Amino acid sequence: MVRLLFLLTIAWSSQSWAVIETYEFSSPDLEQRYKALSQELRCPKCQNQNIADSNAPISRDLRAIVHEQLEAGASDQEITNFLVDRYGEFVRYRPGVDSNTLWLWSAPVVLFVMAIAVVLLQIRKDRDGQTVSSNAERADRLKEKFDGDQS
Amino acid sequence: MQPLKRFLPLAAFLLLVVLLVRGLSLDPTELPSARLGDSLPEFELPILGESSSRRAEDWHGEPALINVWATWCFSCRVEHPYLLELAEKGIIIYGLNYKDDPEKALIWLDDLGDPYAETVVDEAGVFGLDLGVYGAPETYVIDASGVVRHRHVGVVNEDVWIEQLAPYFEVRDGEPELVGSSD
Repeated sequence: MVRLLFLLTIAWSSQSWAVIETYEFSSPDLEQRYKALSQELRCPKCQNQNIADSNAPISRDLRAIVHEQLEAGASDQEITNFLVDRYGEFVRYRPGVDSNTLWLWSAPVVLFVMAIAVVLLQIRKDRDGQTVSSNAERADRLKEKFDGDQS
Repeated sequence: MQPLKRFLPLAAFLLLVVLLVRGLSLDPTELPSARLGDSLPEFELPILGESSSRRAEDWHGEPALINVWATWCFSCRVEHPYLLELAEKGIIIYGLNYKDDPEKALIWLDDLGDPYAETVVDEAGVFGLDLGVYGAPETYVIDASGVVRHRHVGVVNEDVWIEQLAPYFEVRDGEPELVGSSD
């Protein structure tokens, strides 16, 4: 009885977890590309999931499309274009460069250049101004300041 | 130089405030259709409850709404009474019965009333995919030459009609007409 219950539990739980269907591929290469593509395509319905992770009906449809087109011999680019035509650049987690995404793509470079500029400016400022040539000079300055405060 | 520098943090803060307020007021779930400005994709689908079929060209000639609906879609039931109201005003609404059972769809229209000039059946969701549908309900505006002008995802109610859809129609003498439909 216990054993039967156990088996039923196992059977039931595996069924409830099998939300995402599996596909048979004619070659391991296609399967690899399917995995890569479904990781990189975004579900239009549940916006922070890729179509590989999402169990929304639309993601199921898109996975079927990707599978079907891969088996039909389409290139990754062709499949991506097919979906971008219908759902917009939004379906790609790595969108192409256009007027909308220009800032997205250029921000790392711009920020890096700005950071370098700030560091260089700071270094130059340090060199010109506050640096002291020797310990002796620093001691003199301190003494001067200390004496000045005392009087 | 020094006094100017003192205001630098304030300026940075204000810039941040502007960016954050803008960021919070944007709706990231709002997706314009990828088909905006394009002709309706080609299709040939059976008309619900009839043996004949429809093509994209058959819907040319007058501006209309295309409403994507299904009996499994709860929000479709919510917007249904308002669609009936729009139909009564003379707005042409074409139904796209999306990934649904045609028999259930017919019962639904019998029970709740039929706001659609006609409904085409897309059981496999093939035309839906070409149009960029990702759920139901969705409502598209097409102009007289069959070009997609607008998409609204979600329930159509009076606010949505007034703010988003009505601008594409101009009701004159009870006859709706699309604004700027010459192109």
